[in-house]
Parts: sequence; C-alpha cells; structure tokens
Amino acid sequence: MNNHLKVLLNGIIKENPIFVLLLGMCPTLATTSSAINGMSMGLATLFVLTCSNAVISMLKNLIPDMVRIPAYIVVIATFVTIIEMMMKAYVPALADSLGIFIPLIVVNCVVLGRAESFASRNGVAPSIFDGLGIGLGFTFALTLLGAVRELLGTGKIFSLNIYPEQFGSLIFVLAPGAFIALGYLIALFNKLQKKESTN
Amino acid sequence: MEIIGIIIVAIFVNNVVLAQFLGICPFLGVSKKVDTAIGMGLAVTFVMTIATIVTFLLQRGVLETFGLEYLQTITFILVIAALVQMVEIILKKISPSLYQALGVFLPLITTNCAILGVAILVTQKDYNLLESVIYAIATSIGFALALIIFSGIREQLALTKVPKAMKGIPLALITAGIMAMAFMGFSGIDQVFK
Amino acid sequence: MFLSLSLICLTVAVLLAQVNKMTAKPIAEAKAMKLQNAIGEVVPEFDNNPTAEAFTMPVGQADSLLVYPAKKGDQMVGYALNSFSNNGFNGNIQIMVGFDMEHKIVNYSVLQHAETPGLGSKMSDWFRDAAKPSQSIIGRDLSKGALRVSKDGGDVDAITGSTITSRAFLEAVNRAYAAYSGSTDTTSGATASYEDTQSGKVTDGPGVENDNHKQDTISEEGGDGNE
Repeated sequence: MNNHLKVLLNGIIKENPIFVLLLGMCPTLATTSSAINGMSMGLATLFVLTCSNAVISMLKNLIPDMVRIPAYIVVIATFVTIIEMMMKAYVPALADSLGIFIPLIVVNCVVLGRAESFASRNGVAPSIFDGLGIGLGFTFALTLLGAVRELLGTGKIFSLNIYPEQFGSLIFVLAPGAFIALGYLIALFNKLQKKESTN
Repeated sequence: MEIIGIIIVAIFVNNVVLAQFLGICPFLGVSKKVDTAIGMGLAVTFVMTIATIVTFLLQRGVLETFGLEYLQTITFILVIAALVQMVEIILKKISPSLYQALGVFLPLITTNCAILGVAILVTQKDYNLLESVIYAIATSIGFALALIIFSGIREQLALTKVPKAMKGIPLALITAGIMAMAFMGFSGIDQVFK
Repeated sequence: MFLSLSLICLTVAVLLAQVNKMTAKPIAEAKAMKLQNAIGEVVPEFDNNPTAEAFTMPVGQADSLLVYPAKKGDQMVGYALNSFSNNGFNGNIQIMVGFDMEHKIVNYSVLQHAETPGLGSKMSDWFRDAAKPSQSIIGRDLSKGALRVSKDGGDVDAITGSTITSRAFLEAVNRAYAAYSGSTDTTSGATASYEDTQSGKVTDGPGVENDNHKQDTISEEGGDGNE
C-alpha cells in the first residue's frame, strides 16, 4: 500500500505532467479560462488515463509488440468517446464549454505516454494508481492555472468574487494570458523545486 | 470572397497555435532552430491537407451514411496514424530527398492535435470539400508562420542571459504569449472581406 | 498480430455501440431541455408545448427562422424566435428572443456564439440589465423602429469595446422581429408595413398588428419608425 501511495504522489508532484514533464500543453492552455473549466478538463483526462492504464496493463501480454501503439490508441479513443458521450448526456453545458478538446484527449501525449512508459510494464494495481496520480497532478495543474487566470482576469475564483471585476486585466482570460500565466507558473515551480533539492 | 475570409481568419485571426491552442507540443518542441521549424511546417501542411481530405470523405461517405458518428474520434485518429505511416513509406520510395527533409518530423505528427483538431473542426463547421481543403491549407500555413517566427525569436533568446528558473520552456511560453498578443491585433480584419 | 488487433477493434466497436445506445436518449433530452429552458426564459408563462407547435417563418430572401408560439389556454401570449447573425466578431451568433403580443421584447437568451470572452460574450447579460435602461432592450417596442446602437444613431448603448458584437446582436433581434411581425400577421390578418432600418439585411415583413385597440398608434409609429 505504501508503494501505491508513492506512485500516486510521484504523479502529483515529482512527475507532475504539466509543471515537470511538460506534456499535454494544448488542453492545458485552451481550457483553463476559468478554474471550473480547468478542473473538469483535468477530471475528464483523469478518467481516461486511469481506465486506459488499467485496461492496457491487463492486455499487455495479449497485444503483440508490433501493433501495440495502434492498440493503445484504440483503447484510449474508446474511453475518450465514452466520456464524451457521458458529458454530452449529463453535463451538456460543460461539454459545450470544453468543446473540441474532449475528443482531443486522444492525442494528449500524457495519456499515450503513460500507457507506453508505465502501464505496458507494470501490473494492474500500480497502473491504476499511476493513472490516478498523473491524472490528479494534471487536474491540480489545470485547476491552479485556471484559478490564476480567472483571478487575474475577472477577480473571481470558481465564480466567487475576490475583488471587483473592473480591476481585473482581461488579457489573462484571453489566449496570450494562457501562455504567460503558464510560463510564470512553470518558472515558479522550477524555482521551488531547485530550492528543495539544494537544501 | 468567402474563401478569402476563411483563409485570412485561419492564418491570422484564429491562428491555430496562438488563438486555438492546437499543436502546442511541436510548437514548443521543434522551434529551437529556424531550419527545423521550416521542415516541420512543411510536413504539417502536407499531412494536414491529405488527412483532412481523407477524413472528410470518410465522415460524409461512411460515418454519416451509416449513422456511426459516435465512432468519429476513434476512426479519425486511426486513419491519421495509418496515413502518416503511409506517407512516410511512399515518400521514402518516391522522393528520398523530400523524405530526408521531412522524415524525422512525420512520426511526431500523429500526436499533433492540430491534425485531428482540424479534421473534427471542418465537420463541425459544415464546410464542403473545397472549403475544408482550403481551411486545412490555410490553418497549416498559419501554423508554419507562427512556428517560423517563433523559432527566429528563440534563436536570438538562446544567446541572452536569463534567470535559471525561466530558462527553456517558461521563457518560450511567455514569448509565445507576447506573440499571441501581437496576433490579436489581426482580430476583426476579416470584417473587411464581408 | 492482426487477429488480436481486429479482436480489440471488434470489442471496442460493440462496447461503444452499447454506450451510444445508452446515452442517445439523455443526449437528445438534454438538447430538448436546453431549448425548452431557453423558450421558457424569454416568453410570458405558457402551458402549451411550443416546440411541438414550432413553425418556420421566412425572413428576407433566403433565410427563415424557427418560431415557437407560446399559448396559455387558447390565448396566444407570445412568440419565441430562434434568430441569428453572421456578422459577429467571430462569426455566427444564435439567440432566442421572446416577444409578447404587444411587440415588446420579453427577454432573450444567447444560445451559441464565439465572441471574445470578457468582451463580446458580455452580450448574454448586457442587453437585459434592468438598472441601465439605455443598454437594456427588455420591454422595448420594436414596432417603433428597429434597434440600433447609439453609435449608429440608435438608442441602445453598445457593449464597451464590442461594437461589432453589439451590432450583430441587434441585427439578430431585428431579424427576429421581422419574422415575428410575419407570424402575428398570419394569425390576425391585419396588415401594415414594417420597414427595416438595418441597411436592407432584414427585408420588409408584413403586418404588425393583432391587437385592435392599439392598432392606430402602432401603425402610425410603425410607419415613421425610421430613425
């Protein structure tokens, strides 16, 4: 159990997909105009990642090495389609605001990357925990970025007023703000990590 | 007139990288040198145009006729992956020089979300085949343009001294943000063509 | 090798078909619900099923709008119209506008748009701020002339920094009104000319009256409503 916890924490902090591995930038930048959008995108990816990791680790001995990448893509695309249909059915407003980036989870390098580098080499249980850990790390990063952009842009976090809206600078909600906010967040993460390693 | 509108919007106003956030990975990954940026830009143009034609025909010819729209994501990504492989093999046989120029970039393109993104977007926008092809070409030109300008800036940035924590991706992202701001200046330009 | 790959694909296809079957109904319901809510938001209280009684109303040369009539008992209480504009800052804007039987706007709801977040996207609330009558379009009587932003000589304040979006929005509202006049005309039989002030984008629609005691004033004002 202790081991599983380690795998889980590894994904959230040490191998955070956004701040450390720098993977899956497209949905990170595109869907974080507010904290709630970022969080939902993170959770959708978490679901796909955990399920595909579990299935791929189960099937790893059945899939010939030659066709493993197409097979992984098929598995991932299946779960993406499932979550897409579920979201359209039960949370249509959210599905609208995430739009094309739900089907694009398929080409999120985080998902295929974990399938190839972790799930295809480990058992089912660790793979699930790895999926959860990386997924939570991804969700954490997207929520944080979404919250920062929402706060700087509109003075709100999760639609809760922090300061009056007219003092916000709209640019952070728009495209350039996504790049700039993420750039500074990664720099901050670098700084904190370096400090930890020197101490 | 409408066609010109599509082209202008796809290249400048809704630039695929700087406004729609598609294809960020290659944008950050292969933009350290102008030469590689040009190669990547060409490879993306090539694959995106072919992929859009094939997926468009597939969508209209197979998925919609048989009511299988829910298989869109899965078929599109498989077709794109197969297509990239095929392009690689054919290019190797027919034009070794072109293969040498583009070859290294082709495997990277499968996971370029701009390709899948454009294939899905044209079905959502209800474009016809001609409009789809033009949209795909214009989008990839927009991608190449952003990539080449960006790599030019990064070549210069590599020579400057920056704080350690900012080195690499953080600085690249902030630069991209400033570029995105510049591209925002184009917004509304398509009103002229109406 | 191919066997296992095709086996995976087959399983996946069957699985997805199942999920599709399961979610098809909720997806359709969610869509219908969204429409229903949008209609409910923009017309006075009704007890019929507007979506079942919907009809299309031609407006201009090539376009036609979907009209959802709202009735209470046998009494017509208003119309909700699904209108649009292609002149938004980022293309198409879809709105639902509701009119009561006195040509007044009851409310509106933005169904779909691609305007800039924080600027053009403010139209969802901007034009119905009851505290600011110079920007609110609620309760405005369109038989007195089409709505225009103050910059174009009208009396509606545009969204700060988003004149193009505001123009497109009002164009959609005016288009809805043109179709509305057509709809009330077919039910009441009265005629009067509706002249559009919007550079010919919305063409003439017939008939604005249905309410006899108001007829005179309306046709007068409707006639010289051009600003």
